[in-house]
Amino acid sequence: MSALVEVRDLAKVFDVSAPWLNRVVEGKPRQFVYAVDGVSFSIERGKTLALVGESGCGKSTVARLLVGLYQPTRGDVRFDGQPTDAAQNAAGLRTLRKRMQMIFQDPYASLNPRWKVLDIVGEPLREHGLVDKAQGTDGLRRQVSELLMSVGLAAADCDKFPHQFSGGQRQRISIARALATQPEFLVCDEPTSALDVSVQAQVLNIMKDLQRSRGLTYLFISHNLAVVRHVADDVGVMYLGRLVEVAPKLELFSHPRHPYTRMLLDAIPDIHMSGRARTPVQGEVPNPLNPPSGCAFHPRCPHANARCSSERPALINFQGIHIACHAVEEGRI
Amino acid sequence: MALQPLLEVKHLRVEFPTRHGTLLALDDISFDIAPGEILGVVGESGAGKSLTGAAIIGLLEPPGRIAGGEIRLAGQRIDNLPYEDMRKIRGRQIGAIFQDPLTSLNPLYTIGRQLTETILTHLPVSAEEARQRAIRLLQETGIPAAEQRIDQYPHQFSGGMRQRVVIALALAAEPKLIVADEPTTALDVSIQAQIISLLKRLCKDHGAAVMLVTHDMGVIAETCDRVAVLYAGRVAEIGPVGEVIHRPAHPYTAGLMGSIPAMDDTRERLLQIDGAMPRLNAIPLGCAFNPRCEQVMDRCRVERPELFDAGATRAACWLVGAGT
Amino acid sequence: MTTSTAPGAWARFFDGDVWHSFRNSPVAILAAVIAAICVIGSVFAPWLAPYDPYDLASLQLLDSRLPPAWVEGGDSRYLLGTDDQGRDMLSALMYGARISLLVGLASVILSLVVGVGLGLLAGFAGGKVDAFIMRVCDVMLSFPSILIALLIDGVGRAMFPNAHESLAFGVLIIAISLSGWVQYARTVRGSTMVERNKEYVQAARVIGVAPLRIMFKHVLPNVTGPVLVLATIQVAAAILTEATLSFLGVGVPPTSPSLGTLIRVGNDFLFSGEWWITIFPGIVLVLIALSVNLLGDWLRDALNPRLR
Repeated sequence: MSALVEVRDLAKVFDVSAPWLNRVVEGKPRQFVYAVDGVSFSIERGKTLALVGESGCGKSTVARLLVGLYQPTRGDVRFDGQPTDAAQNAAGLRTLRKRMQMIFQDPYASLNPRWKVLDIVGEPLREHGLVDKAQGTDGLRRQVSELLMSVGLAAADCDKFPHQFSGGQRQRISIARALATQPEFLVCDEPTSALDVSVQAQVLNIMKDLQRSRGLTYLFISHNLAVVRHVADDVGVMYLGRLVEVAPKLELFSHPRHPYTRMLLDAIPDIHMSGRARTPVQGEVPNPLNPPSGCAFHPRCPHANARCSSERPALINFQGIHIACHAVEEGRI
Repeated sequence: MALQPLLEVKHLRVEFPTRHGTLLALDDISFDIAPGEILGVVGESGAGKSLTGAAIIGLLEPPGRIAGGEIRLAGQRIDNLPYEDMRKIRGRQIGAIFQDPLTSLNPLYTIGRQLTETILTHLPVSAEEARQRAIRLLQETGIPAAEQRIDQYPHQFSGGMRQRVVIALALAAEPKLIVADEPTTALDVSIQAQIISLLKRLCKDHGAAVMLVTHDMGVIAETCDRVAVLYAGRVAEIGPVGEVIHRPAHPYTAGLMGSIPAMDDTRERLLQIDGAMPRLNAIPLGCAFNPRCEQVMDRCRVERPELFDAGATRAACWLVGAGT
Repeated sequence: MTTSTAPGAWARFFDGDVWHSFRNSPVAILAAVIAAICVIGSVFAPWLAPYDPYDLASLQLLDSRLPPAWVEGGDSRYLLGTDDQGRDMLSALMYGARISLLVGLASVILSLVVGVGLGLLAGFAGGKVDAFIMRVCDVMLSFPSILIALLIDGVGRAMFPNAHESLAFGVLIIAISLSGWVQYARTVRGSTMVERNKEYVQAARVIGVAPLRIMFKHVLPNVTGPVLVLATIQVAAAILTEATLSFLGVGVPPTSPSLGTLIRVGNDFLFSGEWWITIFPGIVLVLIALSVNLLGDWLRDALNPRLR
């Protein structure tokens, strides 16, 4: 079965240099941030791939690259075999947009505060000409009501404004909007990070139900490993713009191989293991403007050697998982 | 109780007068903190946990005000003190750590100046001694090269480092109580772990009690001795952290624990509590949780339960206090 | 889950914080009352004014230079006195205010359209477009607005020396609006840049909505708040600018005198003791500008710390 989404050597570089005048007068060099630096993965139809990592690892940038909010500096994204690059596929891009949608992190900023819910959820229908004209003006309302009810809201909520809803309800409206064009692929950028725990449970349950009933494929971005363990089939761990480990969920959580993955898992405060002793963690995520040479994690890694500081490890296939680590490859850990 | 409690909060009520009427944000909250103890105050947004912290430090934003009850620090009432007296207590007796390390420090002054200023305000020491104390504090909080970095500005530190400076600042005047409001929420997971263990260790070393306000149960499990669960401005359950997490007596606490995905979880679906926490202007009669409770009884809809003993914890639930 | 129907727009407005803040602010109410009187008096001048001061046939030269009715020598038929040609001051004021308000409002609307449009474009497009528009703004701001208005007006007159009256008005309105649009552009640009990064705009882009449509349908409704405040205050500024220009003699054509023209005309008679010909237009001008400014101040505070 071919993958629905295939990403090869994806990279995005941001130019954060000072303005030209400052550079000339003060002699400052050009500065670049390699937000995403050569990422490759694929997602099978109907499955969920989770991307985890801490701030600055580039997972949100990957999400935005996939849906076309950013143009990649390098690399290749294919959806159902077709390239998503605007230059290569201008005609097909519009159809592609119907088939993939995005859910954002902030429930308060992801809905236009001046629009009614009817217009917010109906916008994709209008944009892609999917409004049921046979029913006249009520067609849109009926379709939006159905969408709202499928996420557990009421049909009467059509005429309300976002500020009349709670965070969890707004996130459901976002989900309803994302489902309007009946997409096959949903990119979810930290959809529950801004929600309370009990509300998060409601939203995660809805997302799982929808995946089952509609055969959706998810790319789920999160920094919360416990949530990821609950929703994902496969997990990719990112550090400073690179993928360090990709593995099926159970494998990753029971046998984490990359030192960074191990460190992350060790760092999670877990409510059921209160009082468990933890290995202390060293250092902080380095400045993305000045990444370490070779393997980005080597300054914090207890297993780093000379090769790690000079040669960047490639993501290789290893015992059924993908990993980018010299120590693992050499069998040292 | 052998020792007198350091902090006693009795029947605290905080209200917000608005043009639509007065909203009761905290409704009869009571708890104690023993000297050197770490108490967690956990709840979801709108439960009132940050307000509790603010009321204790005396930093309630007007028009919010304390409408009833009392707060005692080491036996002395502090909720009704005039501004000047409260200012002396803040810093010297009570230290504060807030969520955002970026805005907790003044960007225009070096951290050394902010530290020494706090020390000199509250402790009768010389300027040189204050600086030495500041350097020692920074070393304790794990900031490398403290003697050089003491003269740097906040923007020269990373997020995790800044939060360490904030902790140092909170401990600078040797307070007996630290109120920490979501100290790790804005930090990365690996830094969170470092800061949590630092906070725990330093407070034990300095003999300070901590009131840790957060929505993150994992942090509570790792750090606290006891925990109070807030719901809609009221205490739902309070007790030792292991008991509250593993043997909750209140249905809300049970629902909360069940909805958190855990690392050894094998469930397909998370436990979900239908509905949402009521808004301040729509708190139901009787027990605030009754519309969402699976085990609701008629009594719950009418009478508000107090905190009853439920084995090792105390819960505000008629299921526990059925006999009364 | 609540299922009540949403209230209509008017019900929402009167229940809202803005109206409530208005009701509680005596200054705002007073300012609104004064502004309303001036506006009604000027808009309905042809019906409300006791005389038509531009009807040359009705002028009585014998009645010229009469002081206000309550002063000795005044005539109760001319409440505020007459000018040197026998025109009733009250009527002249009402017609004059009419011209002033017309020119003021028209120029504000024009500079609103230009400024908001350019600000949206600059904020949304970013890059070179933004840089270019902002440099234009900087250049325009380095000229005093009166100078710009004078320049455009002068060029207009030079180009069309025997211009018809309405053309003169048009040139004047364009002159005043071009001297005032920069404020809107800057404010809107700042707000647009904030809104552009918000997730509802990104959601629209993911859906595939065209950028122009996003700009007008999504971003514009969310940046109108500060624009409204600015526009209210700019109305006063525009009216004063027009008055200044007319005072200098390069404003409205002399056949339709505005308050500024009246002040200029009356200036000559100030020292001969006929103070009412220049003072009353001045008072009305101040009242209009003051009340509009106060309303703008109140609106800014009312819209700002809104309880959510």
